[in-house]
Amino acid sequence: MTTATASPTASAPYARLEASDLTLAYADTAVVRDLDLAVPHGRITVIVGANACGKSTLLRGLARLMRPRSGSVLLDGDAIHRLPTKQVARTLGLLPQNPVAPEGVTVADLVGRGRHPHHGPFGRWTTADDEAVAEALALTDTLELADRVVDELSGGQRQRVWIAMALAQGTDLLLLDEPTTYLDVAHQVEMLDLLAELNARRGTTIVMVLHDLNLSARYADHLVALHTGRIVAEGTPRGVVTEDVVRTVFGLDSRVIDDPVSHTPLVVPVGRHQPRTSPPSPPSHSSQENR
Amino acid sequence: MTVTLARPVTATRPDADAADVVRRARRAPRRHHRRLVAGLALVLAGAFVARVLLGDYTVTIPDFLRILGGEQIPGATYIVMESKLPRAVLAVLVGIAFGVGGAIFQTTLRNPLASPDVVGVSLGASAAAVSVIALAGWSGWPVSAAAILGALAVALAVRAVAGDHGGFRLVLAGIGLAAAMQSVIQYVFTRVDEYDVQLVLRWLTGSVNGVAWPSIGLLAVALAVLLPATAWAARSLRATELGDDTAAGLGVARRRTDVLMLLGVLLVAVGVAAAGPVAFVAFLSGPIARALNRGRTSLLAAGLVGAVIVLAGDYAGAYAFDDLNLPVGVVTGAFGAPFLLWLLARGRTGRRAA
Repeated sequence: MTTATASPTASAPYARLEASDLTLAYADTAVVRDLDLAVPHGRITVIVGANACGKSTLLRGLARLMRPRSGSVLLDGDAIHRLPTKQVARTLGLLPQNPVAPEGVTVADLVGRGRHPHHGPFGRWTTADDEAVAEALALTDTLELADRVVDELSGGQRQRVWIAMALAQGTDLLLLDEPTTYLDVAHQVEMLDLLAELNARRGTTIVMVLHDLNLSARYADHLVALHTGRIVAEGTPRGVVTEDVVRTVFGLDSRVIDDPVSHTPLVVPVGRHQPRTSPPSPPSHSSQENR
Repeated sequence: MTVTLARPVTATRPDADAADVVRRARRAPRRHHRRLVAGLALVLAGAFVARVLLGDYTVTIPDFLRILGGEQIPGATYIVMESKLPRAVLAVLVGIAFGVGGAIFQTTLRNPLASPDVVGVSLGASAAAVSVIALAGWSGWPVSAAAILGALAVALAVRAVAGDHGGFRLVLAGIGLAAAMQSVIQYVFTRVDEYDVQLVLRWLTGSVNGVAWPSIGLLAVALAVLLPATAWAARSLRATELGDDTAAGLGVARRRTDVLMLLGVLLVAVGVAAAGPVAFVAFLSGPIARALNRGRTSLLAAGLVGAVIVLAGDYAGAYAFDDLNLPVGVVTGAFGAPFLLWLLARGRTGRRAA
């Protein structure tokens, strides 16, 4: 099991995962075009953008699930598609958007399947595997669910179990495609807190696609805004989330204010709807955007 | 907005207790599976003994052992060695081949309808076999080879039509090809001599009757190669079950899944080559084994269930009706069709069941 101990330092972080001149395409349609991206090591990178902007495709490309039409994805300097896939799986973990929990599978069994890349052709389950699974369960606070059947868990519990599976893989890099989908707002925050703590404690480099711009701005060290397969802006949330960028990326007029809790940018959409004349309560019903 | 924050991350190094919790949680399903396999093996042994010793000609156990030892008992030796025993052995081997092959299809494609007998792989083997028997006059092992090629051809055709999508598209393409194969067999039917009709009928329904020992030996050898290879390749199933993307993320190469599917096709093909396409055994065994294993996949249990089904089906076909000797495929077909309808009615055709 690999555990990075160093917490990210203030100096310019280097990148173990890079996209260089990357073009990804389905059939004849290029979804990601000539894209360059260096994933800062030990940081949380969040990719945002409108529906169908290519953000999930980019993540799949970074995770070697799609072969580049041109350009390349580099893992520690090597073209990721040329590396043995099992070797990559010991460095880079992936949680896709819709993983399938087989019927009747228990939490311990499911999380144990994350150990797959550590087993040789005839490899047997070892005590080290038990410990890695136990650690992943403890980190996601799911140890007491170990013998439960995954089908019977709540949405939030199930998502934590999937993250535990990805953690059991014991990788320094973790890629997640919309880990907060189908979760209510409390569980979304809980999930992102969990990932932020993992990043802080173990130095795990995290790359995730998120839908919610405000949560992205809150949790990202490095924010990447994607529009029609190209990067429009990247950098700190403060630098990326501006009214101009929101208009370009989402086609939305907005005001960007200071998040009173985290002091990160908070996007307030303008929209056409006006609240009825002088309601007694604040207009909380228009604060939900981009769903 | 009030938010319940996740409890802070407390453990970086699990204590021995945590590892113990995991160990215990992992043990329970395994223990259940072991008991299930042992139970199925007992049922199979019982069915085998019943098939060989009971029926229209009862043989006592001491007599049976003496016959196996080479002693000639007038009447009994012939019936046991040339009818009952080969039939029972073939039923077990074919059942295992279909059960495991079917479960590989259903689990890999995550769809219980995507079993080789529904998507035309079994019928492809049959169509190739009857064609070379009736139209080219072949016999013996070249017929088996043709059956295997037929199964492979259909499997590749289904995959080419369905593309990478799998799922329903694959099932629909397979059902279409199965219908085409059926019409090939029916066409050949119209061309054969009366003398060959019985033979062709066998390739349509499947039967374990009247197969000579050398053919059974050939099947046993094929299984002795294919089953260990399957056990090795199936280790990746635990990852592939989690979806294509998750499996790829865990480092399972697409090739690995292809190898497993190829083994599934070959298992079904050698089974068909020996006994014809015994209807619905491949389709039924996986889901039954899964239900017995609390919903979890088990190729081993599926193989044992398949063997029990073929043995029991053959026994029922031979003795259930006084004046009829039905081939096993007719019996399994009669049970398989309602099961198919039940599966559809329950709406469990998605990825969950298998």
